[in-house]
Amino acid sequence: MQFMLLFSRQGKLRLQKWYVPLSDKEKKKITRELVQTVLARKPKMCSFLEWRDLKIVYKRYASLYFCCAIEDQDNELITLEIIHRYVELLDKYFGSVCELDIIFNFEKAYFILDEFLLGGEVQETSKKNVLKAIEQADLLQEVSKFNFSGQSII
Amino acid sequence: MKECMVRLIYCEMLGYESSFGYIHAIKLAQQGNLLEKRVGYLAVSLFLHENHELLLLLVNTVVKDLQSTNLVEVCMALTIVSQIFPREMIPAVLPLIEDKLQHSKEIIRRKAVQALYKFYLIAPNQVQHIHDKFRKALCDRDAGVMAASLHIYLQMIKENPSGYKDLTGSFVTILKQVVRGKLPVDFNYHSVPAPWLQIQLLRILGLLGKDDPRTSELMYDVLDESLRRAEINHNITYAILFECVQTIYTIHPKSELLEKAAKCIGKFVLSPKINLKYLGLKALTYVIQQDPNLALQHQMTIIECLDHPDPIIKRETLELLYRITNGQNVIVIVQKMLDYLKESKEEYAIINLVGKIAELAEKYAPDNEWFIQTMNAVFSVGGDVVHPDIPNNFLRLLADGFDDGKEDDQLQMYAVQSYLALLEEEDALYPQKFLQVMSWVLGEYSSLVTDVDPEVILTKLHSLLKKTFVTSETKVWIMAAVTKIASRTSCSKTVDELIQEFSNSLDTCMRQYAFELKHLCEDKALMKTLLPFDASCSDMVVDASLSFLDGFVAEGLGRGAAPYKPHHQRQEEKLSQEKALNFEPYGLSFVSSVSSSGVTGRQSPTGLSFGSDTSGNSAETGHKETNTLKLEGVRKLWGKEGYLPKKENKVGKETEPQTLSCGSLLAGQVGESPALQSDQVASLSEEDKEKQQLASTLFIGLGSSTGVSLMGKVDTTTQKFKRKSKINETQSSEEVSDFQISAASDFGPLLDTAPINVEDCEGNTHTRLRKSSLCSSDIVEETLAFETPQSLKKSGLDERLSDSRLSQSSLFADSNMEIFQPSPSAQCEGAGKTPSVPSLPEELQDLTHSEVLELCQSDALALHLCKVWTDDSLLLTIFVSNKTASALNAVSLVFEEAEYFQVLESPTYQFPVIEAQCVEHCQKCVWMDKVCTQGILSASVHCQSELETHLQFSITLSLLDFIRPMEMTTEDFGKLWLSLSNDVKQNIKLSSSQDSLSAAMSTLQQKLKLHIVDTIGNEGILACQLLPSVPCLLHCRTHSGMLALWFRSPCAALPDGLLYQCQKVMEES
Repeated sequence: MQFMLLFSRQGKLRLQKWYVPLSDKEKKKITRELVQTVLARKPKMCSFLEWRDLKIVYKRYASLYFCCAIEDQDNELITLEIIHRYVELLDKYFGSVCELDIIFNFEKAYFILDEFLLGGEVQETSKKNVLKAIEQADLLQEVSKFNFSGQSII
Repeated sequence: MKECMVRLIYCEMLGYESSFGYIHAIKLAQQGNLLEKRVGYLAVSLFLHENHELLLLLVNTVVKDLQSTNLVEVCMALTIVSQIFPREMIPAVLPLIEDKLQHSKEIIRRKAVQALYKFYLIAPNQVQHIHDKFRKALCDRDAGVMAASLHIYLQMIKENPSGYKDLTGSFVTILKQVVRGKLPVDFNYHSVPAPWLQIQLLRILGLLGKDDPRTSELMYDVLDESLRRAEINHNITYAILFECVQTIYTIHPKSELLEKAAKCIGKFVLSPKINLKYLGLKALTYVIQQDPNLALQHQMTIIECLDHPDPIIKRETLELLYRITNGQNVIVIVQKMLDYLKESKEEYAIINLVGKIAELAEKYAPDNEWFIQTMNAVFSVGGDVVHPDIPNNFLRLLADGFDDGKEDDQLQMYAVQSYLALLEEEDALYPQKFLQVMSWVLGEYSSLVTDVDPEVILTKLHSLLKKTFVTSETKVWIMAAVTKIASRTSCSKTVDELIQEFSNSLDTCMRQYAFELKHLCEDKALMKTLLPFDASCSDMVVDASLSFLDGFVAEGLGRGAAPYKPHHQRQEEKLSQEKALNFEPYGLSFVSSVSSSGVTGRQSPTGLSFGSDTSGNSAETGHKETNTLKLEGVRKLWGKEGYLPKKENKVGKETEPQTLSCGSLLAGQVGESPALQSDQVASLSEEDKEKQQLASTLFIGLGSSTGVSLMGKVDTTTQKFKRKSKINETQSSEEVSDFQISAASDFGPLLDTAPINVEDCEGNTHTRLRKSSLCSSDIVEETLAFETPQSLKKSGLDERLSDSRLSQSSLFADSNMEIFQPSPSAQCEGAGKTPSVPSLPEELQDLTHSEVLELCQSDALALHLCKVWTDDSLLLTIFVSNKTASALNAVSLVFEEAEYFQVLESPTYQFPVIEAQCVEHCQKCVWMDKVCTQGILSASVHCQSELETHLQFSITLSLLDFIRPMEMTTEDFGKLWLSLSNDVKQNIKLSSSQDSLSAAMSTLQQKLKLHIVDTIGNEGILACQLLPSVPCLLHCRTHSGMLALWFRSPCAALPDGLLYQCQKVMEES
C-alpha cells in the first residue's frame, strides 16, 4: 500500500498516512487531485479507480471517505476489506464511531492504524489482538501519568 | 507539550507549515514520559520521511528504547523502526532487533519481523545473513508472526523465485491448514479463516509455480480446495477467489483447474455488483492471451461494459480489447478507443491510451488512409502530452515504412494531402507536436504532390510562423521545412519575405536559421547537395569520434594548449592540487563540446545531415594526426552517449512487434466460436442485433474458422510497417513439409558414422568408451562431444590436469563449475539428457571462461552457455545445437529487457541456418546497468520447424561476473579515495584458518577479482572496477580476529553489493 487518506464529504482531510517517501508538495498535490476525483464519482460507481499508475480503492462510511492507494498487481477487494476492518476497529474502540471521534481523537486513530497496518502491510489481522495491544498501551499510559503526577506532589 | 504536538500534527495535515516543530517531536520521543513518547514517535513518523536529516537524531532514542524492559517502549521503538529508519544506521539496531526474534511475547516477535522486512526493503544486503532466522519466523507457533514473515518471503520470492522452491511444500501445508480452519478463531474475518494470510500465500505460490511444472504439481490440490471452500457470498471470498484464479493462470496450467477458474471468472463478469464486474474484466484481461475462448463466451457482457456509465469500467474493457486486437478488428477497436479518448480528461490515461492506439495502428493498419487518419486523431487529441516516441516512430515509418517503394510514395503522398487539408482551416488550433510532424512531412515530401504549387505550401507555413500559439521549438521545425522546400523551387517571394522578416527576429535561433536560409538561397547548387530529396533514412555516417576536429586539436596543442582529459581525471587532479590553483585552461574540451553540440543540437530530424556532411569532409584532413592525439575522452563521451543509444532503440522497436505478432498468432486459434455466435443470433431479440453485430466485428479473428486464413493475413499486416521484415515467417510454411519428411527418418544413418569417431578418440577415453557403449543408444551423442579437438582434450582430463587448469585461471576459480570432471558413470547416466557439449571457438579459449553449462533443451534444440570474462565486458557465448536430423532455418535468439543488465549492440541474434546435428554459437556482450548482487537475464529461442519450438531460458548473472581488477598505484588510490563519497563499513569475523591479513586479502583477490594495491602492517588496500568503469576501493584492517572492511565508490549500490560478496566469500573459505 502506498498511502491512506481519510477525508470528509466536504473534502476536508481527516487523516493521512504515507508509506512511500514523498515531498510535502507532492503529497498536497496528490491529496487535492484525489479528493476531487473521488468526490466527483457517483455512489453507484465502482470503488476502484485507476489513477496515474496506481489503483485507488475507496469506500464511503457515512460522511467519511476512506481511500487507499495500492500498486497495480495488488488485490483490490482485499484492500476494500482492509478499510472495512479498520472501520470495525475504530468502531469497537470508540463505540459506534463518528467523524467527530476521529477529529478529536485523531492520534488514537493513528495508533490503531499503526497497530493494524505497519509500513504499508497488514500487520495483525486479528481484531482482538489489535485492540489488546492498544488497550495495553493505553493502560500503561494511565499508570505512568498517575506516577508522574504523584511524584510532582511529593 | 503533548497537546501542542497533537495540534501541530493537525495543523500539518491541514496544510500549514510546521517544520519548526519537527525537532520538538524528536525531543518529545527522546525525553518525554511514556505518554509523551508515544505522541512524539507518532509525530516523527508523520512528519519526517526516510531521508530527512533530523531522523539521525532519533537513532539513539530507538536504541535506548529497544533495550528497555518496558514492553510498551520496545513496541513503540519497533513500530517506528518499521515505518521510517535511516538506511545507513541499520547496523546500529540490527543486533538488537535480531535478539527480539526470540522474545517471549508474540507481539514483539511480530514487530521485529516487520522491522526486518522494512530493512530488507531499503537495504537487502544488510539482512542477507539472517535468512535462516526468517525461516524460524515462518515456523513460529504464533500465526501473526508467521503472517508477518510472509511479507519478507513474498518480496524475496518476487526477486528470485528459483531460490525458494524448497519452501513450496511448507507454504502449501500452511495454506491447507488455514483453509481448513485450523487457525485460532481470532483470525477469522466474517467467518472466513485468515483471508489476508490466504491471499499472501496464494500470491507466493503463484510466483513459485510460474513456468515450473514440478512445483506447480504440488499446489494443484490446495488450489482446488481453496476454490471449493470460498463459497460464501461475501466480498472477502471473492477476493480469495480472484487471487486463486490469478494463481491458477500464472502457474503451469492444469486443465481441470483452468476450467474451474474460468467458471469463477464468469461469476465475476456476470455479477451485478460493479466492483466484481471490474475484477472480472481485469481477470479476463489477464488470461485472455492464454484463453481467448473466454472472451468469446462473455462477449455480450464486454459489449455492455463498453458503454458503461463508469469510465473506469470502460477503460478496463478497452484494455481487454487492446489485448485481443488483430488485423481484422483493429478498426472498430481503435474507433472505440478514440471515442473514449475524446471524453477523457486525465492526462495519465490519455498518454497511456494514445500510446496503445499508436501501437495498434502501426501494427495492424489495414490501409494507408486509415493509418494516417488515425494518427492524425492521435496527435490532435493526444496533444502535447503524447510520448515523444510516438511522433518519432511515425515519422520513421513514413520515411521508410515499406520494402516496396511504390506504396511508400502513396503513403507519403496521402500524408501530405491530409496535412494540407488540415492546414486549410484557418483558425484551427493544433498541438505543437502535431504541427511539428506536419511541417516535417511537408518539408520532406511535399514535392510528391504535383498538383499543388510549392508557393502555396510556403505561404501556409509562413502564416503558421506568424501565429502566436506556435512555440519557438515548432517554429524551428517549420523553418527547416521551409528550407527544404526552398531548395526545390527556383525562387520564391515568400522565402524572401520570410528571410527579411526573421533576419531581425528577437529569437536568435530563428535569426540564425533565416541567415542560413539566405546564404543557401544564394548558392542553389550547394543547397541541393545539402538537402537531397528523400534522404532522411539513407544511412548517414556520423563521425562519432569527431575526427574532423583533429586538425584543430593539433593546432591547439601546437600552440601549447593542454591535452584533453576526461572529467574524472580532471577531478582527481583538482583534488591533488587543491592548494595550488590550476591556471591551465581546459580550452580543448570546451571547444570540442561546443562544436559538437552544434551538430547534435538541431531540432529537425534531418538536421544531422548538416553536421555530418561537414564532418565527413574534414575527417580526411585531420586524419593524419590521430596517432599523436589523445582523443579517448572525447570519443567516449560522444560515441557512447550520442549515438549508440539511438541505434539500440530502433532495434528494440523492431523486435517488439515481431514477438507480439507471434503471440497473437498463437491466440488466433480457438474453437467453437462460429457455432456459438450463430446460436446466439437466433435467440436474441431485434434490439440486441446491433450489439451482436458489434460483437462479431470485435471478436472476429478469434474464431477457429478464420484461423488458417488469419495466419496469412496477420502476417502481411504486421509486416507492413516493419522496416526489415523477416522473410522466414512466410517461408516456414513451405519448410514444414520438408521437415515432416526428414523428421520421419531417425538417427539411423548417424550411428554408422559414430564408430569412426569412437576409434579416433579411443586412446584418450578408453574406460569411458566401454561404459558408454553399454548404453548403445547414447553413442551418437557421446561421440558428438568428442568431435572437436578441444573438448576431446577436456573430456580426457584427469584430476591433475584439471588442477593445473584451475590454478591457471585462479582468478575465476569460484565460478568454475566442473561438469567436465571425469566421472564416467555420472556422465553415462546424464548422457541421455546432454547429447553434446559444445566448446568455445579458438579465439576465446585463451580467455578466462566458465565451463559450458546446459541451459535448456527440447526435442529439436539444445542450448548451452559459456561465460567468458573479457577485460571490458562479460561475453555470453550461447551454443545452439540442432538435435534433429534436418537443418533448421531462421532460429532467432531474443534477450528480454532486464532491469539490471544491458545487452550491448542488439538484444537479438538470428542464425540463418543450423545444419542437422550441428552446433552454432553467438556471442553477446553484457554490462551491468544497475548494481545487484544477482540478477536474471531471460531470453528465448524461437525456431519454426515442423513443431514451432519456443524455448525460454534464463541466465543467472552475479555481480562478480562484472567485477574486474583495477590496477593502480598507492598514490592514485589515495587521490581517488578522497574523491569518492559513498562508503560502507562492516566488520567481519575471521575464521582461524585465515586470521592473517595476507590470507584474507588473497582470498579476496582470488574469489572477487580484486587487485591488491598495497599492504602496510595490518592494513591493506584493494581496488576493482565494475564494468564498464565504475571503480570501487576497499580498505581493510585486521584487529583482534576481526576484519574491518571499508568500501568507497562513486556508485552508491556497489559497495553494498561487494560487501555482501565479501561476507559470503569469507564465510565459505
